[in-house]
Amino acid sequence: MSSASESRDPHNAEYLHGSDHANVDLPHATLRGYLTGFGLSVILTIVPFWIVMGHVFSDKNATILLVLAFGAVQIVVHMVYFLHMNSRSEGGWNMMALIFTVILVVITLSGSIWIMYDENANMMPAMTPDQMQMHTMTPEQMQQMK
Amino acid sequence: MSAAAIETADNAVPQFYVKDEPHAEGGVLLGFWIYLMSDCLIFAVLFACYAVYGHNYAAGPSGAHLFELDWLAVSTAALLLSSITYGFAMLEMARKRKGAVLAWLAITACFGLVFLVLEVNEFTHMVLAGAGPDRSAFLSSFFTLVGTHGLHVTFGLIWMFTLMVQVARSGLTADHQRRLACLSLFWHFLDLVWIGVFSFVYLIGALS
Repeated sequence: MSSASESRDPHNAEYLHGSDHANVDLPHATLRGYLTGFGLSVILTIVPFWIVMGHVFSDKNATILLVLAFGAVQIVVHMVYFLHMNSRSEGGWNMMALIFTVILVVITLSGSIWIMYDENANMMPAMTPDQMQMHTMTPEQMQQMK
Repeated sequence: MSAAAIETADNAVPQFYVKDEPHAEGGVLLGFWIYLMSDCLIFAVLFACYAVYGHNYAAGPSGAHLFELDWLAVSTAALLLSSITYGFAMLEMARKRKGAVLAWLAITACFGLVFLVLEVNEFTHMVLAGAGPDRSAFLSSFFTLVGTHGLHVTFGLIWMFTLMVQVARSGLTADHQRRLACLSLFWHFLDLVWIGVFSFVYLIGALS
């Protein structure tokens, strides 16, 4: 089985005509890589759970931002250590596809949230579940309230 | 004018086409990666739906009422552990140790099943408590997003069992190695999507 770097070289004669033609060009994975990724993931999972379940911060927005930040970092850790993402795999096409996808994801998410937040802010009064209850009352219930 | 009249700088016969089109073996993995990226877009749209509808409770229960973070921690741990055990299976595959590959795959499948059982249990409790997908826009988008992820895990498990039978029968052939590598990408990708789900949907939803 030829090594990963050899088989990626299109000018390598063995790559084109070798007997192990059917071999898979597998990403180079190591035990150290998997364990590093796992260790980092465990930390990056436990901390947001602890922040939320232990009510560490009284400020809700700070908690939300921290949880999102830890999630984003953990996604990068998984990409690098578990999905073996780098700029060289598949001649860089993996990375190109990923960058394209990330751009689309960012446009979809930020665009939806931004536009729909504006729509809500302009069209609907903010309602708590209790206020909503008032709106779903029958006329008879409203009479009783009076 | 004869063909010999056309000469290149080093007197070689010019060649205007590729004689030997290399067939990249990584083509399958690249193709599968592009499938995963399209899958990623599906999840992005479902996340966007949840982001938009996530607070429309229709006077129904919110995440703070419904989500049990203790069990969420267990299922998250199960999925994360299944990721590392699948990694161990891939390392054993590189060493061509069939028995070890099958053992690690079986452990991975067990963790996957634990995750799935917990999710089905949670969904059943929610539906029986009157908090099904028909209750509010929040719950519709919640069940669509989390359910789609759960379906992916289900099909990943079916795929894993199929591959285990195939590897047990005919060993670690090149075809099976390629399939295991594809499932590896799929399985790690599902864990990656779950990071988004437990952070964005559950942990932040539990604060509402």
